[in-house]
Amino acid sequence: MPRHPLKKALPLLFLLVLLAIACLATSLMIGSASIPAADLWRLLWQDDGSVQYRIIHELRLPRTLSAFGVGGVLALAGVLMQALLRNPLADPYILGVSGGAAVAVLAAMLLGLPLIWQAPMAFGGALTSTLLLFALAHQGNWNTSRLLLTGVVLAAGWAALISFILSLSPPMQLPGMLFWLMGDLSDARYPALPLAVLAAGVLITLWLAPALNLALLGTQRAAALGVEVRHLHIILYVLASLLTAAAVSIAGAIGFIGLIAPHMLRLLAGSDHRILVPGAVLIGASLLVLADTAARTLIAPMQLPVGVLTALLGVPVFLLLLNKSYGKRT
Amino acid sequence: MKQPLLNVENLSCAIGSVRIADNLNLQVKAGHCWGILGPNGAGKTTLLHALGGLHPIDAGSIRYRGKPLEGFTPKSLARERGLLFQTELGGFPGTVFETVLTGRHPYLGSLGWEQPEDLERAAQAIEQVGLKGLENRDAQTLSGGERQRMEIATLLAQQPRVALLDEPSNHLDPGQQIIMLRMLKTRFTGTDRALLMVLHDCNLAIRFCDYLLLLKGDGEYLAGSVESLATAEHLSWLYQHPVSLQHIDGYACLRFQ
Repeated sequence: MPRHPLKKALPLLFLLVLLAIACLATSLMIGSASIPAADLWRLLWQDDGSVQYRIIHELRLPRTLSAFGVGGVLALAGVLMQALLRNPLADPYILGVSGGAAVAVLAAMLLGLPLIWQAPMAFGGALTSTLLLFALAHQGNWNTSRLLLTGVVLAAGWAALISFILSLSPPMQLPGMLFWLMGDLSDARYPALPLAVLAAGVLITLWLAPALNLALLGTQRAAALGVEVRHLHIILYVLASLLTAAAVSIAGAIGFIGLIAPHMLRLLAGSDHRILVPGAVLIGASLLVLADTAARTLIAPMQLPVGVLTALLGVPVFLLLLNKSYGKRT
Repeated sequence: MKQPLLNVENLSCAIGSVRIADNLNLQVKAGHCWGILGPNGAGKTTLLHALGGLHPIDAGSIRYRGKPLEGFTPKSLARERGLLFQTELGGFPGTVFETVLTGRHPYLGSLGWEQPEDLERAAQAIEQVGLKGLENRDAQTLSGGERQRMEIATLLAQQPRVALLDEPSNHLDPGQQIIMLRMLKTRFTGTDRALLMVLHDCNLAIRFCDYLLLLKGDGEYLAGSVESLATAEHLSWLYQHPVSLQHIDGYACLRFQ
């Protein structure tokens, strides 16, 4: 009797859950005031009126959970875009979606719009960028290499606009703008939002998982095996855009999570979306929690942009895994 | 009289400026094996896709067991007809077993979880194409011929009533060509299944098919039994190249001049 191929991936998923919990705990313990592991569990549930309780509940928990949610959402958006474009290099950052959001936010800052406008502007910018991408690249069918190239060119265009806005901006505004461009979780106070977006996204994607598996084989193969490919593409496109827009509007343009988290999981456990979705989300969430912890502690009391750290963490890990898997094959 | 598994009436379709068929009529009955022959660019692949509902048609109707294509849900159509493609698979990692298991998608319930029966069928299909032992290999590391056999196994796992095959002998060595075609014919021409395949090798078509569809590439076509169409005259007309026919061991063999 053959075993179900996903059974051997279950221990890995369990390990990833443990990893995520460890990352969350680390993030809650480390900071200007370190909290011993022994007290952490008690302080999470029990208000003893101490400063530590307030540090955890008012500062670290919202930020840590936001990082968790945003990291998961970015990884999920990467998974969806990679399935849509059938290309493992697809990622909201590389395709210029984050760039579109950044341009919108920087323009709002330059025009002196109130802070409250930043998130909606980012959301609108990300959606506009995705719409533009698909309108330019979708000529009757979904030619994936054309889409990818269009996205890369769009990203370059946004980068030019960003430089343009930066050069127009008064020097006083520059640090805030730069920080936002590299991703920033220090203002993320409402973790319920990214966590709810993440939960909804994961549920929908898991429901689509069997169709996504076939979509990777190619449009015609998927259609021949009973997938309503047109509907699937529209759902993927809308969902990926909404997820990216949500993540970018909360935390700025953080790159590499959407690229690295799914790829790491593929190298560990293959491409089946029923494992890939929860696994990549856990990796992405853990990665961003770690990166954000490092961002606020490495050169404390100053903070680093978290996007710099995701790149610094992500690039070597990615290269290492890539190298290892190719070594195994030859 | 049993109704045909696949009934094509007055079909016209084209790709770009190429007329593939004008007013094509075809009845594929259970137990029959059809071969589609034609010169390069005649639209054989596109016709196969059109018959499978993957390419739009200009006029006419395509029915499976009397029911028009539009009457099927995607999943129910995938139980009715299956396709073997010529193009390569995408570039994501997956094992041979996982790939063959995708053939069971039309039978999965709403949760999309494979049942023991699905796993069993996939394992059987892998055995039937002679890839037993390679189940856990990364599909991308297979040789061309092994990959082709994996795709044939996926189609076997899908178990459609009508198999539409695009160049099933591609990448296979001469021995495997015979083994695979013989196996496909046994599996798909029982009492309730049929086979339709595009072939380049006329000798294989003559050996394995009962009926031929000759596509000229300008909308003209000829359909009929192998005996009536596998002649030097018809094949010279089809390929616009002089052909002579010899009989070896009871099979007609072609020689292009």
